[in-house]
Amino acid sequence: MKYAETGFSLEIDLSLGRIEKVEADPRDTALYLGGQGIAAKILFERVPPEVDPFSPDNLLIFSAGLLVGTAAPSANRTVVNTLSPQTNLMSHSLFGGFFGPELKFAGYDRIIIRGKAPDLVYLYIHNDQVEIRDATHLRGKGTTETQDLVKQELKDQRVQVAAIGLAGENRVYMASIDHNHASASRGVGVIMGDKRLKAIAVRGTRDLNVARPAELFELAQALHKKIGEGDGNGDWMAVDEDDSFHHNHFAWGNARTRRKHFWSDELQQRWTKWKYDHMDRQTGCFNCAKKCRNVINWPGRPRFGYKCFGKDTYHMAAFLELDFTYEILGVAQEYGLDSYSTPQVIAFALELLEAGILTDKDFPEMPADSRGRFFYLLEKIVRREGIGDILADSVSHAAKRIGKGAEAFDHNTTKKFEQLPIKLGKLNPAYFLMIATGEKMSITQIEGSFPQDPLPTQEEREAFVSKWEAPPDEKFKKYFLDWKKRDDISDEATCEIVDWNEAMHYIDDSTGLCGFVSSFRGQFGGGVAYHMNNIPQMISHATGMEVDKDRLWKTFQRIRTLVRAVNVRRGLRRKDERPPEDHWAVRDERYEQELLSKYYAFKGWNSEGIPTRQTLEALDLGYAADDLERRAILTAAAGGVAGEPAATAK
Amino acid sequence: MRAGNSAKTVKEIRIDIEKCTGCRACEMACSAFHAKPRYSSVNPARSRIRVVTDEINDEYVPVRAGNHTRTECDGRHFYQLNGKQYGECSFCRAACPSRDFFIEPDSGLPLKCDMCEDEPPLAEPLCVTVCQPGCLTYEERRLEAEINEPEEREAMENGLQSLVNQHGIEAVIDNLKRLSKGQ
Repeated sequence: MKYAETGFSLEIDLSLGRIEKVEADPRDTALYLGGQGIAAKILFERVPPEVDPFSPDNLLIFSAGLLVGTAAPSANRTVVNTLSPQTNLMSHSLFGGFFGPELKFAGYDRIIIRGKAPDLVYLYIHNDQVEIRDATHLRGKGTTETQDLVKQELKDQRVQVAAIGLAGENRVYMASIDHNHASASRGVGVIMGDKRLKAIAVRGTRDLNVARPAELFELAQALHKKIGEGDGNGDWMAVDEDDSFHHNHFAWGNARTRRKHFWSDELQQRWTKWKYDHMDRQTGCFNCAKKCRNVINWPGRPRFGYKCFGKDTYHMAAFLELDFTYEILGVAQEYGLDSYSTPQVIAFALELLEAGILTDKDFPEMPADSRGRFFYLLEKIVRREGIGDILADSVSHAAKRIGKGAEAFDHNTTKKFEQLPIKLGKLNPAYFLMIATGEKMSITQIEGSFPQDPLPTQEEREAFVSKWEAPPDEKFKKYFLDWKKRDDISDEATCEIVDWNEAMHYIDDSTGLCGFVSSFRGQFGGGVAYHMNNIPQMISHATGMEVDKDRLWKTFQRIRTLVRAVNVRRGLRRKDERPPEDHWAVRDERYEQELLSKYYAFKGWNSEGIPTRQTLEALDLGYAADDLERRAILTAAAGGVAGEPAATAK
Repeated sequence: MRAGNSAKTVKEIRIDIEKCTGCRACEMACSAFHAKPRYSSVNPARSRIRVVTDEINDEYVPVRAGNHTRTECDGRHFYQLNGKQYGECSFCRAACPSRDFFIEPDSGLPLKCDMCEDEPPLAEPLCVTVCQPGCLTYEERRLEAEINEPEEREAMENGLQSLVNQHGIEAVIDNLKRLSKGQ
């Protein structure tokens, strides 16, 4: 019997209309857990670097993480991986809700989709019954509208649906995949649209078994309670109405302008009233005690849900207030547009107009006010009409196509991907490394375990450390105790901290744990439910595998290194690993490059950021070393720094 | 014959649908608790509590499995509550042919909530324990009921006498015997 996983993948070829239920290799679970881990292995093995993201040979993989569907609380994330036309690298995205658990109950750990359907289709999975069905009648329908229509058509309200909107259908690079009010961003909807796959509907009524039922349930219930009762977990932004942090510190418009004194008590009261006058409720994801999503019912607009910084992006890009975000977000979500990158693309276009690089001719009949302009450009982009066709390819690609100096306005991307609009003063070494080397394209997908800032007094630091369960090693407590000024920390400590931060995301994204109870949340308060000291136990109880901290750490290193192998095979090199040039006002190129070299060596990568053969072999990735050598990628890189990956956490 | 007062305990689960977040931890816990061996699997399709969910209409209603019925309703009611429309099925606890709630997925047999009274019984049903948003709460209420045995007995005797008058004593005894075997 299989435990925690179902042991099966669903293979769909949309070109051939073929459906296959395939038994998964249990050795993959032992080595890569599941979720993003196994998806990386599949992409490495089956999609050679010559494959264009828009080729039928590109794969789109929906995975339920290893712990998803078990009693482990807040393990409900669906992971979506493919190759992105925006970055030409591996795309990594996640969404919460109920889709992943339902997929497990239907008897599958993942759906692997290749090929392209001749016209719009949707996939219907009901246990062993799997059908590719016509979806031409859903053309142009919104994301929640599609989910509702599919449920009606299947006469089953308990079907869980993930769908694209018009943005995905029109291959907009910022297209998301939406499920309920959860959304997979960062460039996966475009590939679902390219494959002409409008939606996936899944319904399962099978048991998902675990190896050590009583032990798992006891641990799970203790964590469930901890998540629900304390304030160390979940999205505090769902309840904290003071959002001065983002508004006073993040940049507005095209990641350009800081407004350090924007926030006020009067504004907070006004915005709080807008929220509570229009909020239907706060909702949660499968088997999670938190309610991170605010569901807003704005007059005349589709009901929508948001969490975290998603409530700020549109009005900050447009120099407006929260009511504008409430007005546009439901519309944008029905179109299936990523709320992080889309507003930046629009603000970028309006800056080009202001600078004279684009002219009024590029924006026929555009309203004069910011509110009207954002709606106007949203429509142009989602329909790929006029200038919208260029903007739909995201900031970096649009800048190149427009030319005439537009590239200079592409100032907030790394690896061609829109970053959070943060412009600060003095370089932060850990953040430099995370933004430079992260391969999940957003700082939110790598930061999160070690606090962002030191505490001011020794007493406070000691109090913090005394309750801090999360660190995988005592050295992190020491780093924190000795840390007094943000940028005053040793390079060695910086490398270790970045590595730990990254480790937690790779573990979450393979097990399906939510970052708000694990990888992302520990940096705020330290009282996070899941960490290196209890996840091994949870995995062991659920799967029956004997996983301890060392083994889990090595598993993180293996998955992380394999993702890097996928990407270096597609051309990722040191030159691409640069935060936006104006991310900090004060820069020191020599120091930054030294730090990057130290980090590469720490990771067991050569000076180009390519994992060495020794590193790959130590992580059971000899096949990747063979492949990289066959393609002359490993030998071609000059000045390789030999070495194994950094020592495992004790 | 005895007449007097007796007390019984009424177990109540109170459901505040405004507090439901739709997380379905109750479904997870119920299916795990009733798995054999206990907690060995999760499968919401086996749960004896289901959250009727419709995100688009902001509808979240936990319902606990009640009695099985072989027939569908003859027409449905719709309730307008605080500006939202709820179908009658949203509140109905029956395992019935019109939906696949509370039907054991392997055998097709109906499921019914047992308030977690397995041996040893839990202090409160597990769905309540795991409901962190506080949508489900549990109460035990002692109900003082006046039991008037003679009256009950009199009523039964009258009923039986009318059956005897109608069908004859032999037929009534035969039927009672058959019924008692079927128990």
